Amino acid sequence: MNGITFRDVTVRYPSRPIAALDGVSFDALPGHLTAVVGPNGSGKSTLVRALLRRIPLERGNIAVNSATLGNMQAREFARTVAVVPQREEPVLPLPVREFVTLGRHPHRGALSALSAADISAVDQAIHLAGAEDTLARSTDQLSGGEWQRVRIARALAQQTSIIVLDEPTAFLDVAHEMAVFELLDSLARDGRTVLLISHQLNLVARFASHIVLLNEGKVAARGTSDDVMQGAILERVYKWPLVITRDPAVGAPSLLPLRKQRSTRL
Amino acid sequence: MSKRAGNSVGVNASQKGAVRSSHWKPLVLGVVALCVLCVLGLAIGAISIPIADVLRAVSGNGDAGTVAIVRELRGPRVLLAALIGAGLSVSGGALQGTLRNPLAEPFLLGVSGGAAVGAVAAMVFGATHPLAVTLAAFAGAAVATITVSLVARVVAGRTDARMLLMAGVVVGAFANAVIMVALAGAPAAELRGALWWMMGSVSDATWGDVGRLAVAVLVFGGALMWLARELDVLALGEEPAAALGANVDRTSRQIFLLASFLAAATVAAAGLVGFVGLVVPNIARALGARRHRPMLVVSAVYGAALLVFADLVARTARTPQELPLGAITALIGVPFFLAQLRRLH
Repeated sequence: MNGITFRDVTVRYPSRPIAALDGVSFDALPGHLTAVVGPNGSGKSTLVRALLRRIPLERGNIAVNSATLGNMQAREFARTVAVVPQREEPVLPLPVREFVTLGRHPHRGALSALSAADISAVDQAIHLAGAEDTLARSTDQLSGGEWQRVRIARALAQQTSIIVLDEPTAFLDVAHEMAVFELLDSLARDGRTVLLISHQLNLVARFASHIVLLNEGKVAARGTSDDVMQGAILERVYKWPLVITRDPAVGAPSLLPLRKQRSTRL
Repeated sequence: MSKRAGNSVGVNASQKGAVRSSHWKPLVLGVVALCVLCVLGLAIGAISIPIADVLRAVSGNGDAGTVAIVRELRGPRVLLAALIGAGLSVSGGALQGTLRNPLAEPFLLGVSGGAAVGAVAAMVFGATHPLAVTLAAFAGAAVATITVSLVARVVAGRTDARMLLMAGVVVGAFANAVIMVALAGAPAAELRGALWWMMGSVSDATWGDVGRLAVAVLVFGGALMWLARELDVLALGEEPAAALGANVDRTSRQIFLLASFLAAATVAAAGLVGFVGLVVPNIARALGARRHRPMLVVSAVYGAALLVFADLVARTARTPQELPLGAITALIGVPFFLAQLRRLH
C-alpha cells in the first residue's frame, strides 16, 4: 500500500515511565491530506521523530510505500518522504537558494554538480512555497513566517511522493497560513500523500480528509472531521469547555473554546 | 571574476538578485597572501635575505649558506606552519558544522589536549621517534574523542551537541592536569622543552615532520572535504539532517574522529596551537564561503597564511628570542572569540 502506514506504534523515552506513543495505528494515503491533532505532549512530534528514526520503536511498525522503515536506506527514505520538522535554528546560515538546494541532497552524490533537474526542482519549490521574495537574503535574515516558507520550499525540492509537516503554520499570519493549507490541499489533489501535524483544528476540519486525534500517546478518535470534531470528545481530550459550531462558508465543523465561568465576582 | 560566475550553485536567470555564497574572490586573495607570506617567511629571520636571493635559493641556486638557510632551516619551518594552520582550520570547520556550534574547535573540545597527553606519554616513556609520538597523539585524541562522546551520551541520553562541548572542556582540563603531573618530575632541561612544545612551536621543524603532517592533512582533510555535503546537512540539526537522508549518528562520529585525527597530527608535529581552528572557519564564513566544501578550502588557505604570519611574528617580534606560536595565535584568537560571543549574544 502506498503512503505511510503506522501499525501499533509504541515509543517510550528512556527517562519516562509512560509511553510517548502507545499502540498508534492509522494510514496516511496518497491523494489525501491526513492531519494529526491533539493537545501539547500528546505524542504528535514523537510520531515524526519515530518516522525519522531518531527514536526506536518499542513495538509496532512504520511502512513507507509498503517498505518497512527499518529496511530503508537513509537516502532512499529522503527520496520518498520529505519532512519539515517542527523546530530548526539557522545556526550556520546559508543564502536562501543554497538552503533550498539542500533539498536535493538525497538525489546527489558527494561530488556531482547540480543537474538541470535539480535546478528546476529548486525553482519550482521556491515558487510553490511563495518564497521568491526571500532570495536576496540569508536564512538568519528572515521573519518567522518567511523561515517556515523557506523550509517548506526545501522539503518540496526533495520532490517526494510523501510530505510530512510538523506545525508548518506556527508562525504564519492568516494569509500565509491559508496559502500553506491551500498548497497542501493542491499537493494532495496531485496524488501525493500529505501528513500534517497541526494545532489549527478549524482549518484541519476544512482541509483534511482524515483526522487522527492523539491524547496521551493513544488515538482518541479518528475519521472524517465530523467523526472527530465532536464536543464531548474534544472537551475530554483538551480538558477545556468548548462548543462545536458550523463553518458558515463550507459547513465544516468548527471549534469555539469557551471562557471559563468565574466562580466569584469582585 | 563576476559575482555570478563566482559561485557554483545553479545559475538561473529567472531569479536575479538572489544572494549566493561567493568564495572565489576571498580564495584567490588568500592564496596570494599565503604565497607572499611564505616568501617573507623564507626571507625574514636572524639573517635577512633579499627576496630575489630567496627565490633563487628555493631552486637550489646561489650562495650555499643562503640555500641552506632557505631550504633546510626556514623551508620546513614555513611549510610546517602552513600545514598546521590548514589542518587545524579544516578540523575546526568540520567540528563546527557537525556540532552546529561556531565556537567549536579541537582545542576547546579536549581533542588537542588528549593528543598532547598521548604525545607527552610517549616522550616520558622514551618513545621519542616522531612517528611514535604521532601515533601516540592519535591514540590520545581517539581516547579523548570517545570519552567526550560517551560522557555526552551518558549525561544527555543521546548524542547532544551542547553536551559534547561541555564534556570537551572538562576532558581538556583533565588532559592538562595529567600533563602537568607527568611533567612535574621531569628534569629542568626537559621541562623547558616540554613546556615550549605545550605552547606550540615549529622552531625544530624537519622535512620529516613536514612529510608526515602533509600525509595526515591530505588523508584526513581530504576525507572531510569528501564529506562536506554531509556537513552542510548535519549543520541543520539532527531531525532536518535525518529528513534529508543523512546517517546522522554514523556520519557525525566519522567526522568527529577524522577532525580529531587531523588535529592530533598537528599536535604531534608542533604541540598545542589553540584558537586557529576557532577563528579561521568563522572568517571564511564571514567572507562568504557558507557551504562546507568552499568554507573548508578557504579555511585551509587562510589558516595556512595565519600560521605562517604568526610564526613570522613569533621569531621576529623579540629577536633573538622566540615567542611561542600558541601564544601568538591565542593573542589573535581571544579578542576574536570575545567579539564572536558578543555577536552571537
